[in-house]
Amino acid sequence: MLERFNIVNRFSGDADLVLTTVDEAVNLARANSLWYLLMGLACCSIELMQTGGPRADIDRFGSLFRATPRQSDLMIVAGTVTLKMAPRLRRLYEQMAEPRYVIAMGSCANCGGPFDLSYSVLRGVDKIIPVDVYLPGCPPRPEALTEALLKVQEKIKKERYFLKKEA
Amino acid sequence: MDRAELITLLSSRLGSALLSTEEMKNDDSMLVVDRKQLVSAVGTLKNDPALGFSTLMNHLGVDYQDRLAVIYNLYSPLHRNKITIKVYLDRDKPEVPSLERAFHGISWYERETYDLLGIRFTGHSNLKRLLLPEDWEGHPLRKDYVYPASYHGIETGRPDLLDDTAAPGGADV
Repeated sequence: MLERFNIVNRFSGDADLVLTTVDEAVNLARANSLWYLLMGLACCSIELMQTGGPRADIDRFGSLFRATPRQSDLMIVAGTVTLKMAPRLRRLYEQMAEPRYVIAMGSCANCGGPFDLSYSVLRGVDKIIPVDVYLPGCPPRPEALTEALLKVQEKIKKERYFLKKEA
Repeated sequence: MDRAELITLLSSRLGSALLSTEEMKNDDSMLVVDRKQLVSAVGTLKNDPALGFSTLMNHLGVDYQDRLAVIYNLYSPLHRNKITIKVYLDRDKPEVPSLERAFHGISWYERETYDLLGIRFTGHSNLKRLLLPEDWEGHPLRKDYVYPASYHGIETGRPDLLDDTAAPGGADV
């Protein structure tokens, strides 16, 4: 019957057993389903859209955008964060379910960028929320953002939840 | 109509509201208008068929340190004339009547000027900050504006990594 639907049962026959640890299995699933929050604030969001588009296509890493922080695992801060936006950004971050990750995309999110001497711009998003990956560039290319996503995946795959803590 | 004719016409129509005129480098005429007679002068400029300045192209404010000014750029589509109106204001009490009655579109321009320079537009329907948060202190485009060290507990400076003499963690702005 499976053949009728063109589904190959990989677990039939010899390999009916796969050995792994719970941590690795869970981390594999988490790393490949990183849903990111739509957080386009300036010109970086154009590159973020390109990264989600067909050429760079980060859907193939299981990453797609969500319009609500409740369903997001990753916040890609794409653009300039003004002081007016900063409390709202902080609130959106707090509304995301743990474990949550942050990519500071572009010079503005890293340190204020070209608006360093402005009166209204936050000097780096790490002043209000913890950042996992800093991505330089003004704006970074879609390939660079893909690399940053892979860095977050690497970080997730190294995390251990179920091991006993050593005394 | 050349510039001399236009200025003669304007000074006859505006009377005492017109304090002085000035030639600008972009072949434009600038009129310095009395603050108290601004609304009536703009009404004349807009409604007089010989003038017909019915389009507001731009509005901005300037800080000259000793005094403030607001500037209006008007255009007459009928006669293809452009003029710049300037009104000087006291630095201590910068108030000017709002032109919302004459030009509805000026509403947000005046809010922006109020936000960044602190010029109050009397008679404005909704004079609140346009760009900055409502609890922001001060008006950033004033020359004597003091940059705040923090906003809602968020540090606004950042240490200069190239400056060896600066104390670690100190703000560089």
